[in-house]
Amino acid sequence: MVSSLVRARRGPQLRRVAAVVLTAIAVGSVAALTAGPAVAQSATETVSGRLAFEGEGVEGVRVVVESTDDGAVLEAVSGPDGSWLVELPGPGAYRIELDASTLPEGVGLRDPDNPAREVRVFENSTSAVVFALGEPQVQTSDTPRRLLQSSVNGLKFGLIIAMTAIGLSLIFGTTGLVNFAHGDLVTVGAFLAYFLNVTLGLPLLIAAPLAIAAGGALAGGLDRQVWRPLRAQRTGLIAMLVVSIGLSFVLRHVVLLFFGGSRQSYTDFGLQTALEFGLVRVQPVELWVMGLSVAALVAVGLMLNRTKLGTSMRAVADNRDLAESSGIDVQRVILAVWVLGGGLTAAGGIFLGLIESVDYLMGFRLLLLMFAGVILGGLGSAYGAMVGGVIVGFVSEFSTVWFSSQIKYVWALLVLIVILLVRPQGILGRRERFG
Amino acid sequence: MIETLFFDALRSAIGPTAASYALLAVGLNLHFGYTGLLNFGQVGYMLVGAYGLSITVAVFGGPLWLGLIVGMLAAVVLSIILGAPTLRLRADYLAITTIAASEILRFLVRNTGSDDLTGSVFGLRQFAGEFYDWSPFAPGEYLGPLGFNANRMWVTLVGWGLVAALSAMVWTLMRSPWGRVLRSIREDEDAARSLGKNVFLYKMQSLIIGGVIGAIGGMVFVLALQNVTPDMFLPQVTFFAFAIMILGGTSTVLGPTAGAVLFWFLLTGLQSGIRGVVDAGVIPGITGGQVVGAVSLIAVGLLLMLLMVFRPQGILGDREELRLDVS
Repeated sequence: MVSSLVRARRGPQLRRVAAVVLTAIAVGSVAALTAGPAVAQSATETVSGRLAFEGEGVEGVRVVVESTDDGAVLEAVSGPDGSWLVELPGPGAYRIELDASTLPEGVGLRDPDNPAREVRVFENSTSAVVFALGEPQVQTSDTPRRLLQSSVNGLKFGLIIAMTAIGLSLIFGTTGLVNFAHGDLVTVGAFLAYFLNVTLGLPLLIAAPLAIAAGGALAGGLDRQVWRPLRAQRTGLIAMLVVSIGLSFVLRHVVLLFFGGSRQSYTDFGLQTALEFGLVRVQPVELWVMGLSVAALVAVGLMLNRTKLGTSMRAVADNRDLAESSGIDVQRVILAVWVLGGGLTAAGGIFLGLIESVDYLMGFRLLLLMFAGVILGGLGSAYGAMVGGVIVGFVSEFSTVWFSSQIKYVWALLVLIVILLVRPQGILGRRERFG
Repeated sequence: MIETLFFDALRSAIGPTAASYALLAVGLNLHFGYTGLLNFGQVGYMLVGAYGLSITVAVFGGPLWLGLIVGMLAAVVLSIILGAPTLRLRADYLAITTIAASEILRFLVRNTGSDDLTGSVFGLRQFAGEFYDWSPFAPGEYLGPLGFNANRMWVTLVGWGLVAALSAMVWTLMRSPWGRVLRSIREDEDAARSLGKNVFLYKMQSLIIGGVIGAIGGMVFVLALQNVTPDMFLPQVTFFAFAIMILGGTSTVLGPTAGAVLFWFLLTGLQSGIRGVVDAGVIPGITGGQVVGAVSLIAVGLLLMLLMVFRPQGILGDREELRLDVS
């Protein structure tokens, strides 16, 4: 019945709209599923949906349901009317992915970069999952536009990596610690802002500075309560590294415990009309993120160069014993590095949450890219971290012009391995820093 | 309740997963405990072992023995690719490179472009049939309240058999002149070099042997599950193996085994306990799976931190032998 409605007023410009609306209607009304052979009676939790293209059900498409709790995998194939249903072993979090390669010729996902949905299924409930189908996006020879667009995206992402990597690099420089919990400081910063913004309802413009201050305070607190005592005991660097891994587990999963595993967004600046600059489209919020990141990086650069504290930081990173013997209070400088790094990292997390979304793994995903940036720039150098971070962001986004976006991080990590082969001290590092 | 908890914990502690993690830790112990190589990409070896086996059997229809060889050879190749640029560098560089390599591998097998070979996110199955055909166990229930079926008995036996055999191998190696050179490299690389030892070559051999043991662990892991998907190989697996090795006792032959049994006993016991509490509805509005996962991983994190600070030698280790560090 529904499909005849669409046929009645089929027009080329209406097709896509109709396909989306129809999918939504069909999926929303779970009643439509009873058209298929009723298999759902025994299972109490299910996920289901109907795949439709121009009103016609799409048959034979594989949908894979993976439990994000224990990794169990279930599958379904859509029936003649396009509907599919998976009986679940129980309530929990699931990730539902449409296998785009099983779609028939001429049909594609309307958002091909996003073939998966995450849902939380409660007891005795059915979750409906929408995959909007449309005509596959034609990859015309718009390479110049894609090059420009990916440069903008790369710059945006790279600036965030640079901001978060400064702390990682300076902490290594001043204390020798390779901090595996640094990525999770990104997550914690982003979720502190989420808590203030979404849970408490503060505007993000107020929540963000508070979260950045709290992120700095948390990092400073960690230095005082965890790292300084360990340094005082002359704990080895590898032992400290393993402690930082333990700490990263704790931070990440405390976030998971309180905020859940699904992706979330801030309440402000969510849907904005993109501005067109020639061939490139940018949302105003992205421009703000880039502008503020640049401002923060310049401010840090000036601080390191012009102020007494900044000079002391560089001195301690350069040669700790010499700095100490020339009267610098090394422990104070290290604390300042942690607070500064923690604040910058929290800011980076909030920015990342603004242009993408927040989830408890966001920082850990970023951690390896930060390492890549820091090593590329030269471990221990703040300027190196800035340069390296921006390059890593560029490389990963640029690769999407020619390669699948699923493997964009691979290129950034390959840069890391290549630089270790060719110039292990990094672009701005000095030779004696390694080895 | 307590009884369920105890049997859940015991079932996991002697099961095939614990055996696979013990194998990962045996390899890691050779790398880190005896050679001082900070390998944070052990899960990458596990991945190449598991996929080497399953691709050979499930995709190309090869026999199981060939799959086992391919999996181990893949680990050798990975060691050479990884070790060549990084073994000359300091320990923390090796750590970052190896974890990056393991993530590169996971992204690559996960990518839709490699669907024909690896089944991308859906992974592969139907590669374990021949393995279970060799099982001497008649169908039925074994081990009383633990309720192992015949297949589980078989893979458990093979898994722990391999743990025993490879631990014995490590014990023999470490008593040989070769093992003494490895330990001297761990203690003082320059001293070993000044005695004319090719430090790079020894490190590479250690990386290869430990990596192959990790790959064997990966094969046992996926043979027990009878399927393989990319997201089984998250970096946290490596850190679990580290926790196991440190818990049992770094640089000891039996440490990885003791650590794996104790680690899985505690972790599963904890998970079972939390699940019981959550299911009893003591805390309203919280769904089970996520809390269990989150709390148990927080516990692993705390375990790692506390062990490293208060008892870095674990339950079996010798504190004097454990003064590892980057110079």
